[in-house]
Amino acid sequence: MTKSVDVAVIDYGMGNLHSVSKALQHISPSSHIWVGDDPDMIKNADRVVYPGVGAIGDCIGEVRKRGLDQVILEVAKTKPLLGICVGMQGMMSHSAESGGVDCLGLFPDHVEFFSEAFKQTTALAAATNNLKVPHMGWNRVAKQQYHPLWNNIEDGARFYFVHSYFVAANNCASAVGVTEYGVPITAMLARDNIFAVQFHPEKSHKDGLQLLSNFMQWDGTS
Amino acid sequence: MSLAKRIIPCLDVDNGRVVKGVQFVDIRDAGDPVEIARRYNEQGADEITFLDITASHEGRDTTVKTVEKMASEVFIPLTVGGGIRECQDIRRMLNAGADKVGINTAAIHNPDFVQEAATRFGSQCIVVAIDAKQVEPATDKHAGRWEIFTHGGRKPTGIDAVEWAVKMTNFGAGEILLTSMDQDGVKKGFDVGLTRAVSEAVSVPVIASGGVGNLQHLVEGITEGHADAVLAASIFHFGEYTVGDAKKYMAERGIEVRV
Repeated sequence: MTKSVDVAVIDYGMGNLHSVSKALQHISPSSHIWVGDDPDMIKNADRVVYPGVGAIGDCIGEVRKRGLDQVILEVAKTKPLLGICVGMQGMMSHSAESGGVDCLGLFPDHVEFFSEAFKQTTALAAATNNLKVPHMGWNRVAKQQYHPLWNNIEDGARFYFVHSYFVAANNCASAVGVTEYGVPITAMLARDNIFAVQFHPEKSHKDGLQLLSNFMQWDGTS
Repeated sequence: MSLAKRIIPCLDVDNGRVVKGVQFVDIRDAGDPVEIARRYNEQGADEITFLDITASHEGRDTTVKTVEKMASEVFIPLTVGGGIRECQDIRRMLNAGADKVGINTAAIHNPDFVQEAATRFGSQCIVVAIDAKQVEPATDKHAGRWEIFTHGGRKPTGIDAVEWAVKMTNFGAGEILLTSMDQDGVKKGFDVGLTRAVSEAVSVPVIASGGVGNLQHLVEGITEGHADAVLAASIFHFGEYTVGDAKKYMAERGIEVRV
């Protein structure tokens, strides 16, 4: 029997995951934060973080190669699970990035490319003409529904985003936080014991740390 | 529009000490980069840029330790530039806790490095830093012309700055850090012509740098230069203004900032 840890941060070999674990350690100094790809450690952890940076094709590829897709799907049934940025996108059904990739399907929504979305209507193309991609910087998140992870965070708080692909908020039933960047985008979404954010809470100063702190105390129910 | 324009204090670090501006203020402590970063974080800085100007190997090891310490205390994005020449350097800085790396000279010597780095680490963490000087003044018909210079502005490369910025974004740069060598250290404001020319030519965010002497200059970088972010060092290091003062001033002039 593997000794259980308080939080497992899934490391599938892509990019910098130290920021996430450092932020978790900062808000919860006595917790055992573990970073790695061992399936048993992840399954036995009290709660799990699925982070991500980089291109989704590589990210999902690495997750599958290590057999972590099944681990994430299993964890998603039972314990508090937090997806961050590309991790959130990996929870959707499909992404247009990397030539089109099937994702884990924990949510039915699709991931789209900003520049394609901006071209869709002439009016929108005019309004979004000067919008840079990636969407990079501090944007406001409007509360759509109550959720325990919103505790002590004001409606309209700013979080740090950096992404070129997004989940449209229009038909996203699970959205609990929405931001605007030319189009309404899903910034936070949730169902049951799963919560996911497009922004980087670990880089979003006080409100980001508050959200992580809420996650650490969350029992997985809404 | 609700995306805020960013204010980015910049720390020039040599052998683990911030060297620009601060050394005359308080020799005891003011030069510690972690302490300064913590102060700017409390003041509401949107990011921190850390430029490593150390020449020695020992200094580089110190830099990694400093970045590690900064990243475990300051939870806003951190860009580290200076001496980034190969993927190994990027990996080292990201592992230490940097979110983005600035690539400058190495991009000029080997443009494919930018492509390789963006493919491997993602465009979101690749900032191409451009040091430009004006070589032709603006006329009624033309915005002027700027060239890339290396070696602190002493060595011309013959490369057109605007064309270079476009090429670098095509190679995968996720952001451009644009410094005017004419304005740098002069405190008379950004080269807004240069900033606007680059910002309008590329689809990625542009950080204006070089020349900030007062808060109005920050405003001009955004309103006239069309920059997405403004970078400054000495106005903050000297204690002339806090980041909070800058944000208040910009907000009063209709610029959206995070407060």
